[in-house]
Amino acid sequence: MEIQTATNGTTITVYLTGELDHHGAAPLREQVDRLISARRPKRLVLDFGGVSFMDSSGIGFVMGRYKRITAQGGVLRVQSATPRMERVMRLAGLERLPIWND
Amino acid sequence: MKSMNEMRLVCSSRSANEGFARSAVAAFVAQLDPAVDELADLRTAVSEAVTNCIVHAYADRIGDIFIQVQLFENGRVMVKVRDRGCGIPDVKKAMEPLFTTGGEDRSGLGFSVMESFMDTMKVRSTVGKGTTVTMEKYIRRRRRDDGL
Repeated sequence: MEIQTATNGTTITVYLTGELDHHGAAPLREQVDRLISARRPKRLVLDFGGVSFMDSSGIGFVMGRYKRITAQGGVLRVQSATPRMERVMRLAGLERLPIWND
Repeated sequence: MKSMNEMRLVCSSRSANEGFARSAVAAFVAQLDPAVDELADLRTAVSEAVTNCIVHAYADRIGDIFIQVQLFENGRVMVKVRDRGCGIPDVKKAMEPLFTTGGEDRSGLGFSVMESFMDTMKVRSTVGKGTTVTMEKYIRRRRRDDGL
């Protein structure tokens, strides 16, 4: 899975594309974690607009990044997820986390 | 009830095959003319079962994943995902939402997703021998005059 990023001040937006399954999440995790520790954004936005598939491995990916960014005192936002993806994320109780753009 | 069509496939427990397994099952079930949502549910459930084989069953080696799909006249789809991996010591515990033996970044929700997206799901496992996940989904029969 390739990522494109956009920086706006202390906000970094990561544009995810492709399939966010166990196979796709692995290389993605490395890239995003490197970004988080090197650039230390105050706000990390995960954009799901280009994601064609997601299962619970994708949930694990979001949860892991949420833990990392909040440990650094930053916030995570999820944007452009389809209703189907939100359904998968809701299973994990992710709707209760402060990660949804209003 | 005898199935009206059936497929079996065997693939290696490599993560690169997760997408292939999803697509193979979806392509086979397509002949029942399922709704987009139903197919997406099936793909997701298959993805979870296959990922469990790769991450857990064959954690320290590459083994075979056996996938069988049966289609029945009444729209019932039966999917079996079987492995000859390490087996699950406590199936009840393993099926608890959020429980995982997989470490960081594993959500522990594979079974929860399978249960939510399929109509039935059952797990049989023997430590040292392997695990079989059997799931069913009833594809809604669409009327001829639905207008596609």
